[in-house]
Amino acid sequence: MNMPAHSPHAHAPVSVGKVMATVMVALIPATLYGFWLYGWPAVFLWATTILSALLGEALMVRLQGRAAGRAVMDGSAALTAWLLALSLPPFAPWWIAVVGALFAVVVVKQVFGGLGQNVFNPAMAARVMLLISFPLEMTQWTAPIPLTAEHAPGFMAGLAITFGAGAGGDAMASATLLGHAKTELSRGIDLLHSLPGQFQSTDAVWGYRAGSLGESAAVFILIGGLYLIARRVIPWQAPLALLLGVALPALIAHAIDPARFLGVLPHLLSGGLMLAAFFIVTDPVTSPNTGAGQFVFGLGCGLLTWVIRSFGGYPEGIAFAVLLMNAATPVIDRYVKPRIYGRTRQGAPLPAKEG
Amino acid sequence: MNLLARLRLRGGVHPDGRKELSAEAPICALPLPERLYVSLQQHIGAPANPAVAVGDHVRKGQLIGTRVGMVSAPVHAPTSGRVIAIGDYAAPHPSGLPVPTITIESDGDDRWLDFETPADPMALAPEDIAARVDAAGIVGLGGAAFPSAVKLNLSRGSGVTTLIMNGGECEPFLTCDDRLMRDRAGEVVAGILLIQRAVGAPVVLVGIEDNKPEAIAAMRAAAAGTGVEVRAIPSMYPMGSEKQLIQALIGKEVPAGGRAADIGVLVHNVGTAFAVHQALSLGRPLVSRIVTVSGGAIGVPRNLEAPIGAPAEALFDYCGGFLDTPARLVMGGPMMGQELTDPRVPLIKGTSGLLALTHKEIGQPSPAPCIRCSTCVRACPIGLLPLEMAARIRAGDLAAAVDLGLKDCIACGSCSYACPAHIPLVHYFNYAKGDLAAKERAKLKQEATRKLADARNERMERIAREREEAARQRAARKAAQDAAKKAAAEAAKAGTQETETA
Amino acid sequence: MIAAIASLTALGLALGLGLGFAARKLKVEGNPLVAEIEALLPGSQCGQCGYPGCTGAAQALADGGAPVTLCPPGGRDLVIQLAAKLGVEADLSGVKDSVPSIAEVREELCIGCTRCYKVCPTDAILGSAKHIHSVFREACTACGKCVDACPTEAILMRPIPVTMQTWYWGKPALEAA
Repeated sequence: MNMPAHSPHAHAPVSVGKVMATVMVALIPATLYGFWLYGWPAVFLWATTILSALLGEALMVRLQGRAAGRAVMDGSAALTAWLLALSLPPFAPWWIAVVGALFAVVVVKQVFGGLGQNVFNPAMAARVMLLISFPLEMTQWTAPIPLTAEHAPGFMAGLAITFGAGAGGDAMASATLLGHAKTELSRGIDLLHSLPGQFQSTDAVWGYRAGSLGESAAVFILIGGLYLIARRVIPWQAPLALLLGVALPALIAHAIDPARFLGVLPHLLSGGLMLAAFFIVTDPVTSPNTGAGQFVFGLGCGLLTWVIRSFGGYPEGIAFAVLLMNAATPVIDRYVKPRIYGRTRQGAPLPAKEG
Repeated sequence: MNLLARLRLRGGVHPDGRKELSAEAPICALPLPERLYVSLQQHIGAPANPAVAVGDHVRKGQLIGTRVGMVSAPVHAPTSGRVIAIGDYAAPHPSGLPVPTITIESDGDDRWLDFETPADPMALAPEDIAARVDAAGIVGLGGAAFPSAVKLNLSRGSGVTTLIMNGGECEPFLTCDDRLMRDRAGEVVAGILLIQRAVGAPVVLVGIEDNKPEAIAAMRAAAAGTGVEVRAIPSMYPMGSEKQLIQALIGKEVPAGGRAADIGVLVHNVGTAFAVHQALSLGRPLVSRIVTVSGGAIGVPRNLEAPIGAPAEALFDYCGGFLDTPARLVMGGPMMGQELTDPRVPLIKGTSGLLALTHKEIGQPSPAPCIRCSTCVRACPIGLLPLEMAARIRAGDLAAAVDLGLKDCIACGSCSYACPAHIPLVHYFNYAKGDLAAKERAKLKQEATRKLADARNERMERIAREREEAARQRAARKAAQDAAKKAAAEAAKAGTQETETA
Repeated sequence: MIAAIASLTALGLALGLGLGFAARKLKVEGNPLVAEIEALLPGSQCGQCGYPGCTGAAQALADGGAPVTLCPPGGRDLVIQLAAKLGVEADLSGVKDSVPSIAEVREELCIGCTRCYKVCPTDAILGSAKHIHSVFREACTACGKCVDACPTEAILMRPIPVTMQTWYWGKPALEAA
């Protein structure tokens, strides 16, 4: 006897594929801006990352004896790669993209059991792996040379940068704000002397500065993020908590010793913080289940980021912070649970009372 | 008020209401089908016992099934005619198991039994009201079909202070309660007052979702001056669930594992109030109900007043049949109703809707892996973690699912509805609840059989002991006899010796 | 020197007293494991495991001398429970996915010899000499003793029929992906 279909007989018009697609739509403004800012090499790097991830995903799914089509079409691998690409230096060589994408999809995601099973955020884990393994390539930042600028690399030159000899010397090399501050501090030059001329908040808001492919344009990332919050694709707790987690200690420390600690705005608008706030710490798989848990998670990421940036060996700490908090997610989920109807927070039934 | 009510609640979903399909169709009667199949198991509890024999002629409203045990309800003939069969027939239950059913062939007269009715039902004692509700076979018409009289009697003893009438009707498509409140508000309010008298509750609240403004207006007009307060509550699924309705109206929560009466509340459906009015004012037992026939594949969606026992296909046919082959037939609402695999299945007292849904309306692609997006956590009106519970159940760890609150789940289906991966979450929960109940039954049986085995062992030992005792006594007796004999013989011998020596 | 000796002595005395107190206060009577295992077993003393009744089987399980799959009436569930209790890996390959069953007397074959009645460990068979016997459902543990005892093969083990009260939804099929 065939079991009849179980209720409900109505379903919300949503799917995993649609969720992924919405997130990708939200990434488009920042990505297009990145393309404009860094030209053809950025386009090639982005495409290489995504293609490698899709191939890696398809291969792994085939190896598990499942149909590759559906797994690839759900868009999760493409999204992971997209986020990874946005965090790479725009003039990085092709193999950085390939190694990073394959690591993210094969090692961090599929080896842990595939979609929904990974403990760590694949894009951030890949970024950390690349940063540790290839520190030179991963810190070759480029000053913005908009596609429309005269000396911007053309299509063929772009191909050469991504797939050939690289950017060709350090003619275009530049340092990120966080990197610059850290280097100068280590040379004994305090921020009051090293920073002037380096940080203009208007440039930072528009992302017109050296940085990763898609992390710089705070305003475009914000637009995408707010769109996702409005569509209820991502929660608001984690982004807000992350920004607070960085801003609060930055505010206090900067007030105490401005020569040693960066202020709130340079922190918020530098590095991968904005991208992480709306697209990384909101990754459903590796973040807690509840709104309160997500707030704790975001706050932890923010605090750790500030600590690593201010005291650690690396100028940027968001990726490390996210991985550390990923590891703490099961613990957060264990302790932060919603109160069940008719029960106290501890889980005992509410007292029955007359009247 | 509405904002406050919304803030009290959490979770819930907003499925496409689709009520516009049938909301403007006034209640009309279903033409009497030739045969009615009256199930003896229409309620929660033990099935009723047949009170008629094949060949008997019955009149409308005549008792044909008597209740068995405390939690049960009698069944009455939905029309006049002849009993042509008593036996198993297809039933609206997901198991597909048949249930004992009385088949009545209509004589076309639809003639009521003559009833004596009280001159003023409101003058009856509370116990009498409950007794009449019991005799009329009234069960909860919201869908759960719990015998209403049992609820009334339990509440009377436990000091209910607030009577809440459920006009939520949060399931998509369904408009039967909406239409009932619009078209027959007077009778509904009269029924509410009778229930109020039966339980002695000083406060009566009627909760109606704010997407039914006409029903709210009609009920307010009918209730004016009676002390019955009609309140608009936010439209949200599952607002018609007892726990959510209580929370929205009075801001209290039913303690886990407890009943609404624990916080001094009794909840009845507005349809039940109408049935109570019919039973007490006209003496008519529950033999028909209002059913919404709707869905994208239905020709003319309608709200029908149909006799209990009418085959589902008769209702579909009367509503213009199917425009297209329906993807799924559903009895009840789409969120908690059940699929009808057989369109001959008869209407029962708890049937609020018959839906013929299209693929588009169901919208259920095959399940994908969980991405832990926690949409289900936000959708759950109880505050559970559906994704975690389902993962445990999938892995066979039902105990862990219970620790996460499985037993607090009300199976409303909000999580399954909202899940972007289309994981059948509530199906997992119902499976786990069933499996746990089966294990519990097995454990009880094991305890009982263990006692039996112990009793038998003890008996065996006792019998063996008694046999041994008897054998010993026999042996002792024999030994005594032998000894006596021997003594006698020796005495005799001694006597002869004595004489010899003398 | 004196201080060191004194402090060590004091420490030793205090700890010794503590241990002695704990040994008395927290004493465990017998081996609770045997009783716990016995509580899991069906308790019908049917003897199919080869041990003298359920207590013997529980003792053997606790000593590690018997496999967790020893009890046929307990079925798969019992194997899983025992394995969890004893902390061993359960080998379910040999265990039939036993459906809960009960004995059923085929009336046309029953000669009323009362042999089944005499062997039933739970008194689940009703009847007297020369009368057809029948099985009391609620008491039958499907141990199978009556099947072996019946001279006319009139007793069968049948799965308990599902009723509307005992039916429940099956486990959903694993999601494809």
